[in-house]
Amino acid sequence: MTTATTGPAAKAAGAGKAKPATMAQALQRAMRDAMAEDPTVHVMGEDVGTLGGVFRVTDGLAKEFGEDRCTDTPLAEAGILGAAVGMAMYGLRPVVEMQFDAFAYPAFEQLISHVAKMRNRTRGAMPMPIVIRVPYGGGIGGVEHHSDSSEAYYTATPGLHVVTPATVEDAYGLLRAAIASDDPVVFLEPKRLYWSKSDWSPEAPAPVEPIGKAVVRRRGTGATLITYGPSLPVCLEAAEAAQAEGWDLEVVDLRSLVPFDEETVCASVRRTGRAVVVHESAGFAGPGAEIVARVTERCFHHLEAPVLRVAGFDIPYPPPMLERHHLPGVDRVLDAVARLQWEAQS
Amino acid sequence: MDSLQQRSSTVQEPPGAVPAYRPTPPPAWQPRTDHAPLLPDAEPLRVLGTDAAADADPALLLRLYAELIRGRRYNTQATALTKQGRLAVYPSTTGQEACEIAAAMALEERDWLFPSYRDTLAAVARGLDPVQALTLLRGDWHTGYDPHEYRIAPLCTPLATQLPHAVGLAHAARLKGDDVVALAMVGDGGTSEGDFHEALNFAAVWKAPVVFFVQNNGFAISVPLAKQTAAPSLAHKAVGYGMPGRLVDGNDAVAVHQVLTEAVARARRGGGPTLVEAVTYRIDAHTNADDATRYRAAGEVETWRAHDPILLIERELTERGLLDEDTRSAAAEAAETMAADLRERMNADPVLDPMDLFSHVYAEQTAQLREQAAQLRAELDAEGEA
Ligand SMILES: Cc1ncc(C[n+]2csc(CCOP(=O)(O)OP(=O)(O)O)c2C)c(N)n1
Repeated sequence: MTTATTGPAAKAAGAGKAKPATMAQALQRAMRDAMAEDPTVHVMGEDVGTLGGVFRVTDGLAKEFGEDRCTDTPLAEAGILGAAVGMAMYGLRPVVEMQFDAFAYPAFEQLISHVAKMRNRTRGAMPMPIVIRVPYGGGIGGVEHHSDSSEAYYTATPGLHVVTPATVEDAYGLLRAAIASDDPVVFLEPKRLYWSKSDWSPEAPAPVEPIGKAVVRRRGTGATLITYGPSLPVCLEAAEAAQAEGWDLEVVDLRSLVPFDEETVCASVRRTGRAVVVHESAGFAGPGAEIVARVTERCFHHLEAPVLRVAGFDIPYPPPMLERHHLPGVDRVLDAVARLQWEAQS
Repeated sequence: MDSLQQRSSTVQEPPGAVPAYRPTPPPAWQPRTDHAPLLPDAEPLRVLGTDAAADADPALLLRLYAELIRGRRYNTQATALTKQGRLAVYPSTTGQEACEIAAAMALEERDWLFPSYRDTLAAVARGLDPVQALTLLRGDWHTGYDPHEYRIAPLCTPLATQLPHAVGLAHAARLKGDDVVALAMVGDGGTSEGDFHEALNFAAVWKAPVVFFVQNNGFAISVPLAKQTAAPSLAHKAVGYGMPGRLVDGNDAVAVHQVLTEAVARARRGGGPTLVEAVTYRIDAHTNADDATRYRAAGEVETWRAHDPILLIERELTERGLLDEDTRSAAAEAAETMAADLRERMNADPVLDPMDLFSHVYAEQTAQLREQAAQLRAELDAEGEA
């Protein structure tokens, strides 16, 4: 799977200089640069040191910065995040890795009761500049508990930022921004895009924007696909396929679920008059429900059709041999586009 | 405020006038339990290669031998199936077979086994069909068997989360008046999880008939035990909860069998839980997705190969004149038959019905799920693969 290679970094680096980099490498580079610039940044988690993480995202950090800056912790997610809270209280900026989506759940008590609420509880006296990196989502043939899309739990918790990159460039920029943020950021890494490549150059990374800005990945006039993370490549492919049918689709990559960039999304929907939200986590009470409600409230008079959702089924994540039936693919997106009463418009 | 001033004024008075301070003695404190019997031995229990081995029942030795041979073959076969792409992943227990076999053998039929994701072999040794045991790892369903049929809880992927379940089941059985014991397996890494600690505490407080069995194979994925715990041994952790901790050589099948059988018997007669730590070693990498050369030296593996569970028991059997060619070939043949059957059945593509996705989410399908099922049905029909 590949992603768009037209980020500002690719351009800045110039065609000759840029070498293909994977999303995993860009994430590693973001942590490395942040650690080099700021001695308070600490990386920790299970297997992040010697092994470099099970996805090798923290590869080399322990060697370069020492085990006190990149630490293999005991195997206990509540302990990892709870300790991060204390470290943040004392002025450090912990970046913790949860090995897989479903293994972050033991840490939910710390996340919800403390990480998300500490600023509020202390009237701003005790911010929590913690980044919680979570490899998430399916499509890699993982066994049980290795493919959850857990974003709805996070987005439903006030006090957390929820960010998810879909391109190599964004992986770098968003992680830098997340580490720089004075608030806790749940940083969702779409694991099936870890090996996606682009001509991103670490020598000339894109300027780091604060988190919270969506981006239009493809211009179109007929309808807007609103998506993020692992579903972005699906939507871009669907948009290409739709072209053949004479449908000109715009694709918006949210990049950040909290904060939600209403302006970019609504501007696009007002232009196109139609929208489909696409994500792989369950549809019922999923992130799409919120987005559809918001878009409907803000853009009602511009809409030519109800805003639709294409999501994962409302089932526990299936075993790998059946996951292709669960994950929303290009066909399901195109079906939804067709259901936007296209004929009526054209 | 007043009393403070008063006090500071007393300080001004000459020392002789102050009445002698008489501390009230603190309330008497006694430990609730004598901790000495709870402490594990300084050395892991060993039987094979010691004088104690002479007392081991020949029938038991031979049975353990045959099971170990079959277990090893199961591990090599499952690993081969991974290389052929028939299994998504296989966490091998090569080198740990003695623990897996003894776990199964220590239990009566009515007892329950609570395995971790690595313990497919224990489940097979308990009688589970080898193919059903691998369903999770092949990827056709999460649990390939009815847990009630074999009294084996689903292989558990999140670490240590099955341990409180074992406590609850054992407790429930006792409330019902059944003399059922639960044996719950966990790795060294898993002992750091909160669930491990909560399970031990509940079990001890409830005197639940549970045996906690830790296979300390040296590593979590890449993290060595020294970075996992600072305790003298994992068995020592038992003391803080008020249950006995036992330490055993995990490659000594007779010793593991003995310690687990005793712990199960103790639980069954109402003596409460035991924590058993088996010291063993993970010969293969964590899974086929893991590169063990990143975190351990090859020499270390060789040391442990010399302490292989099969070698240990073979030596004993040979010394006692119990291992003739017939016994060897019978064990090898039985193992080969199992492996051939496993290979053959695993090489057939499983027949899956995608509509199963909606079958077991709730006892009764919701309207939304019925709608989604209809959508998938239509897609499958269109694909022509219905
Ligand atoms: C709650 C949880 N966190 C993380 C993981 C990912 N994980 C799978 S196996 C493993 C290491 C387990 O080590 P150990 O408990 O020693 O058992 P072993 O694999 O050695 O048998 C890890 C970290 C998990 N399965 N569950």
